[in-house]
Amino acid sequence: MPRQLLIATRKGLFVLTERRGAWSLSEPEFRGVPVSMGCFDPRDGSLYAALDHGHFGVKLHRRNGTRWRELPAPVYPQLPKGKVEREGGGRPWPRSLRLVWSLELDPRTPGGLWCGTIPGGLFHSADAGASWTFNAPLWRDPNRSKWSGGGYDTPGIHSILVDPRDPQHVTLGISCGGVHVTRDGGKNWRNEALGLRAAYMPKAQAFDVDVQDPHRLAACRGAPDRVWCQHHNGIFVRDGDKPWREVKAKAVSRFGFACAAHPHDRDVAWFVPAEKDECRVPVDGALVVLRTGDGGRTFTELRSGLPQQHAYDLVWRHGLDVASDGATLAMGSTSGRLWLGREGGEQWQELAANLPPIAAVRWVS
Amino acid sequence: MVRVTFPSVLQRHVACPPVDVDGGTLRQVLEAAFAHQPTVRGYVLDDAGALRTHLTVFVDGVVVHDRARLAQRVPAEARVDVLQALSGG
Repeated sequence: MPRQLLIATRKGLFVLTERRGAWSLSEPEFRGVPVSMGCFDPRDGSLYAALDHGHFGVKLHRRNGTRWRELPAPVYPQLPKGKVEREGGGRPWPRSLRLVWSLELDPRTPGGLWCGTIPGGLFHSADAGASWTFNAPLWRDPNRSKWSGGGYDTPGIHSILVDPRDPQHVTLGISCGGVHVTRDGGKNWRNEALGLRAAYMPKAQAFDVDVQDPHRLAACRGAPDRVWCQHHNGIFVRDGDKPWREVKAKAVSRFGFACAAHPHDRDVAWFVPAEKDECRVPVDGALVVLRTGDGGRTFTELRSGLPQQHAYDLVWRHGLDVASDGATLAMGSTSGRLWLGREGGEQWQELAANLPPIAAVRWVS
Repeated sequence: MVRVTFPSVLQRHVACPPVDVDGGTLRQVLEAAFAHQPTVRGYVLDDAGALRTHLTVFVDGVVVHDRARLAQRVPAEARVDVLQALSGG
């Protein structure tokens, strides 16, 4: 099977395919429509796409073979009429699907899927998206009222890590709401954000687990106890059920959104730094990828082949992915540029320069 | 006195050092703070006088939910922190 990359963009879902060493880009599926996430299921060959129609709401589609079919979208349970719920910042928290922000396979059953959304709800499908069940235990977290919007008006689940050794063990990254972990398939959850630090809160609440903004989580598949976190104000790493440790290795910046973990080597991870918070552009106009090869003690700056002047590309949460070989990376930016990184990111090649803003890149095989 | 602070990211655009003002309702406290630097008002409140959507106010570390009227009492010696909410991206 040729190697393929899904590219979810503001104007459709593109597929990049490698044949005999040459890469070719498809015409977009759902041309003109914002696609927030794509997901391929090798168990039955299905391809999923999450659409954000704006005017017409969020929709899910599945392709098995050549034809796309629309699936029912997850639906939130409603509050009693007239009751208003508010997120941690005091803004209204309507229970209406705003975005599918993450979509992952659940290996416990064929067609099993986890779906993380804005405004903060987790959904599960046991039938390839034909129906969705709202995960009520997570929603009933008594501290959910402290969650707040991170990048959007309301909270959202952007990272779903399923432990390949035990699919009952699932870890969620919530902006802003911490890191929620279940070890019984979603019946019970615990916020395991201890050690993360929120510089954007009053000092007394800086270590409150419920206000943390992990921008993205990534786990090493071969050693899933090792989890990396690109947080709003730093990079953190965690082993098993221990508290998170802040990575303070010297770097051009430790602000960013994306991170990727090596599939086999627990000490290797990649990040895409940007000038912090109020600017969100590459430092000095030069795009850099950071790689640690020693568990976060040091970073190597990877620049070869990346624009080193006049670059204003931001790489979003899902804009960086590493292939199963642990050596080939893909990266897409808000400026619609797509790069392929070889040798673990030592050498980058621009594959496209004029795509729509890229929300997610994802290796299929 | 009530100590009022503004987000560090706002300092890029307009001078807004911490100020000490008298207690009262939250609106009175904020207006007293804006009297020191009138330009700040338009960065914190919208045209209708409500807190801008992507700002959050804490009074002694507790989030303000009444974002439109700003009517809650702020005790003397309290601390009012105006912070940038991450909802704004």
